[in-house]
Amino acid sequence: MTAAAFDRIADTPSPAKRRAWTRSEEARGLAMISPTFLYALALLFLPVLIVIAYSFWTQNYLDIDRTFTLENYRQALTEPIYRDLFIRSLWISLTVSVVTVVFSYPIAWFISFHGGVHKNLWLFLVTVPCWTSYLLRVMSWKVILGYGGVMNTGLISMGLIDKPVASLLYNSNAVVITLVHSWAAFAILPIYVSLQKIDRTYIEAARDLGDSRLRAFFRVTLPLSLPGVVSAFLIVMIPTVGDYVTPRLVGGKDGVMIATAIQAQFGKGANWPLGAALSVTTMILVSLAAAAVVLALKFIVRRIK
Amino acid sequence: MSVLTQRLRFIPWLPVYVAVYFLFLYLPILLLPVFSFNNAATTTFPLAGFTTKWYASLAGNSVMMEAAWNSLVVGISVAVLSTVLGICAARAITRYRFRGQRTAAGLIMAPLFLPEIIVAVSLLMIVLAIGIELSLVTVILGQTVFCVPYAMSVLVSGFEGFDRSLEEASYDLGETAIGTFRRVTLPVVAPAIVSSLLVTFTISLDEFILAFFLSGTAPTLPVYIWGQLRFAAKLPGVLALGTIMLVASILMLTLAEILRRRAEKRTQLALMLP
Repeated sequence: MTAAAFDRIADTPSPAKRRAWTRSEEARGLAMISPTFLYALALLFLPVLIVIAYSFWTQNYLDIDRTFTLENYRQALTEPIYRDLFIRSLWISLTVSVVTVVFSYPIAWFISFHGGVHKNLWLFLVTVPCWTSYLLRVMSWKVILGYGGVMNTGLISMGLIDKPVASLLYNSNAVVITLVHSWAAFAILPIYVSLQKIDRTYIEAARDLGDSRLRAFFRVTLPLSLPGVVSAFLIVMIPTVGDYVTPRLVGGKDGVMIATAIQAQFGKGANWPLGAALSVTTMILVSLAAAAVVLALKFIVRRIK
Repeated sequence: MSVLTQRLRFIPWLPVYVAVYFLFLYLPILLLPVFSFNNAATTTFPLAGFTTKWYASLAGNSVMMEAAWNSLVVGISVAVLSTVLGICAARAITRYRFRGQRTAAGLIMAPLFLPEIIVAVSLLMIVLAIGIELSLVTVILGQTVFCVPYAMSVLVSGFEGFDRSLEEASYDLGETAIGTFRRVTLPVVAPAIVSSLLVTFTISLDEFILAFFLSGTAPTLPVYIWGQLRFAAKLPGVLALGTIMLVASILMLTLAEILRRRAEKRTQLALMLP
């Protein structure tokens, strides 16, 4: 009914009512987005607030003591086991995002500059592996890297090694390889989008003015594609820090990450406030690390230019 | 001439790199079907001959069938719910300009930029704090939060090329907002909507973390698979199940892509109409 009322206002073009119309456009926009927004508010924003609240509380068996305390954060930051897990998780997510972005950039560049009329097909082929079951892909890497796995049996049958290499699986390298594979498309897509936006005449101009192809790339293409590189970094780095499945399946003892500790607090450990504090600390640390990476990237690109 | 020599310099390494990269991307996925037809309980080369017994063993597995049914129920509910929510948000963003638009869109897209375990843990806490029993319903609610950003990006690209003057013409001719949406907007954007349904269904079908935390006693397929991974002897059966899920996912994504392209063409056609 309100929408119909707004329509009638929209039909009359007098200036005073035009203001009413823009206001109604605003109202209609808000009304339109509100179901989705309220859903996200109730099932994303509110839950995150509760996690933050819990992180300042303590748990006595089944009761929650709601007096404010920083004890959980003290534990999260000082206990060696959590400190090691934080450092390793951040290190793995940083390595994964750097490797993913570096290896994916040429693919995004290839699709954007040499994809021709089949750009959409290339993008589709890139995304298909990423949208098939995550659990099965991780398991598949376990099959590839395992002691009696594809890599070892393959290398032996080719005569390259005599006995299986045990060090392929159950360490942080295996976690990095698997995560790089999982997140490839998430890095390629944003970089591709920003490469597509580059006005090709800029590159031609640089070439005409005497820059070599490589120099033109570093001085024109790379700086202009920086927004894509930055979002690729963020979209890979932040989620991977909390990955649960990959460390559990291919990480072994040396590849355990913080998600395992968080999960334990909600399962067997049953210390929700500590689990909440670990979650919040993870978010803060990874945000700081991501901000540092973004600043460093911008600095490096400015120096190259 | 310089262009030609540069072309030649580029040809050797770039296609080779692309080929190696795609091999890396597709190798793990192609291995699942290979070993699911292999007549051995271990996943090693050389292959031990062709068999379909792992697939046959799935048919009699009632626990797996139940998990598959759960996944279907969850997948369809999540697809419908997140696409409806995605339509609202995508339409608000492409059709209207209003204050707080970026903030609202930012919150809705936030799950893309959050570690999934934190989304899962926070949902688990609120669900248990309110006192709701964990069930497939909680999985549906949780996965919808996670799927809306994907639905929204598919839908925004479908809605973006849409010409507002078509709708305005319809308003001028006396249609209501709802009538206009049904008779003018919907036919043009229908392929994008179907594409969003397929994409979100696929994501829900494969989603593990949220289902693992929120499913209670009724497992979805990934949760069932997670339970089976502990037993080495069950691996070939899991690979067979994985292959079926893989084929289903690829079929749905291909269909979604075809529809998405048709949607693009349709919005372009609509623009060309007098």
